[in-house]
Amino acid sequence: MARGKAVEVYNVSKSFGSYQALDGVSFTIRENEFFTLLGPSGCGKTTLLRMIAGFESPSEGAILLNGAEIETLPPHKRRVNTVFQSYALFPHMTLAQNIAFGLENLGWDRKRREARVAEMLELVHMAPFAARRPAQLSGGQRQRIALARALAPEPQVLLLDEPLSALDLKLRQAMRDELRSLQKKTGITFIFVTHDQEEALDMSDRICVLGKGQIQQIGTPSEIYEDPANRFVADFIGETNFIETEVLSVEGGEARVRTPFGIEITARQKGLTGPGPATLSLRPEKIGMETQADGHVLQGTVSGRNYMGGYTHYTVDVAGQSLRVSRRNARSHADSYEPGQPVTLGFREDSARVLAR
Amino acid sequence: MKALRTFRFWGLAPAWLLMGLTLIIPIGIVAGVSLGDRGPYGGFDWALNFTSYREILFTMGWTDELEFDPKYLMIIGRTLAYGLATTAICMALSVPVAYVIANAREGWKPVLVYLVTLPFWVSMIVRVYAWLIILGNEGLAEKTWKFFGGGDVDTFLFTPGAMLVGMVYSYIPLMVLPVYAAIEKLDPALLEASHDLYGNRWTTLRRVILPLTWPGLSAGAILVFVPAIGTVLEPMLLGGGKQMMMGTLIQTQFGGGRNWPFGAAVAMVLMALVVIVLILNARRAAGAAKEAAA
Repeated sequence: MARGKAVEVYNVSKSFGSYQALDGVSFTIRENEFFTLLGPSGCGKTTLLRMIAGFESPSEGAILLNGAEIETLPPHKRRVNTVFQSYALFPHMTLAQNIAFGLENLGWDRKRREARVAEMLELVHMAPFAARRPAQLSGGQRQRIALARALAPEPQVLLLDEPLSALDLKLRQAMRDELRSLQKKTGITFIFVTHDQEEALDMSDRICVLGKGQIQQIGTPSEIYEDPANRFVADFIGETNFIETEVLSVEGGEARVRTPFGIEITARQKGLTGPGPATLSLRPEKIGMETQADGHVLQGTVSGRNYMGGYTHYTVDVAGQSLRVSRRNARSHADSYEPGQPVTLGFREDSARVLAR
Repeated sequence: MKALRTFRFWGLAPAWLLMGLTLIIPIGIVAGVSLGDRGPYGGFDWALNFTSYREILFTMGWTDELEFDPKYLMIIGRTLAYGLATTAICMALSVPVAYVIANAREGWKPVLVYLVTLPFWVSMIVRVYAWLIILGNEGLAEKTWKFFGGGDVDTFLFTPGAMLVGMVYSYIPLMVLPVYAAIEKLDPALLEASHDLYGNRWTTLRRVILPLTWPGLSAGAILVFVPAIGTVLEPMLLGGGKQMMMGTLIQTQFGGGRNWPFGAAVAMVLMALVVIVLILNARRAAGAAKEAAA
């Protein structure tokens, strides 16, 4: 896909007093991309978004929008719109007036404005509510209007600041699909900020994992989940078992390690150069219980069980290590392991990852 | 039921007593005086005629004919004009002051609010006298004016400007406080949303800040306008009595003029003006509330 660059961030740093919010961050967002900035609170993701919008300016570095430097442009001169976390709908205006606000400021004539407002209300399925005010809407409806208002002026980039965090679980699920399809339909570049890894994995074309003010990894959802660049990413995205191991040899992208289970395995590695201590990351759902025929086999004892409905989390003690194992409950009231029961575990080498400690 | 009714009656009795003693009875007395006859040596005689009200618009000519005379209408007009000007200037000055207070650091806010209310701790007469000295000959105002190269001035005192300065100074805290409360409540995300949607500063002020702080601004306008049209001290001391206002007119009728019924009639007109302003404001507020709920 040969696509243009929508946003380029070059070596951007930002400090508030002595607090370093961002430290030398660089990345490029392509046109029509659903790009997610993911990280724990305080990682600098919102600061980055606010710098693209123009509400903050970088202490160092540059931000380019469609190839043009925007450093000196105030927010109202950037062809970028924001969906605010609190929606920030104007309470004294009707929904139609809210959506028309940006268009009026851009100098669209009345006819064009009205047509666009109607189109936007249609797009977010809120046409019958045009004359209402924000106070009369539910959370999900406000969310839709905030989206319509931000999309109406046809921005080059749409910024979304944790827009789903105020919604309840069911609604959040539905809005994810809606956001995704809106992005496809409009073809506008979305930059989505969230601390919710599930949202990020579900919606994004690419994810940028931020931690401690720095980029930890940029990649597609499956790259981020299956091939985490380091311990931070493996830990933050999804659940995993960290097993301390000894690297025997490193050969290209693979490393031979000695595990505490008394076996040696060869697995893909990231960030290693030679022998020494390292961490083996093994996701709970990639470990099988008894049924697993191929791969390495471990003997252990169940020490804990968390029933989650669709699946069950077991804690299994293997050679002094506590492993989390996730098992899908494929059949109703099917076999279940009791704490204290001995079990056989199996995993394949190609689902383990060796990471620098 | 009967017990409840008894409780209601006696429970509200203190409030009724207070309203009666401080509001209804005094206004009744003024209304009564305004209908009376002028006493030969000041004071008044009980009567029931409207001659005092007629005097506001007409004078008795040499030939005992009533002639229309706009001199009191002009005083009423001037009073309203000064009241409106004071309100407008207070509003224009209050918005930035309130904005600064609302955006000050948390610890400073109460201090700044306290500073705004500080003048109320000093008697009004003393404060207006202070302006007499500041604006007077060789006063601080004149010295500052000359320091910055201003030409010779006769005097700042006893001019409409001096009166306005005094009135704005006296009543501005009544505007700053409600405006501050309104700005403080304003969600900063809304201002960002306005800028984000291509609104410049002026658009943001006009379409977001002003409509959302309007309840505070209109409350402040009422609080300033109502006492401003009844003011006595500023026109007397700073205006030098050259610009007669309704407040000073009433004062002279009860004092040197010795025409209590006429003074009382003007006072009733002043009160009617205030009531009209309050009714208009209440209607507008009710309309706005209805619109917001619709």
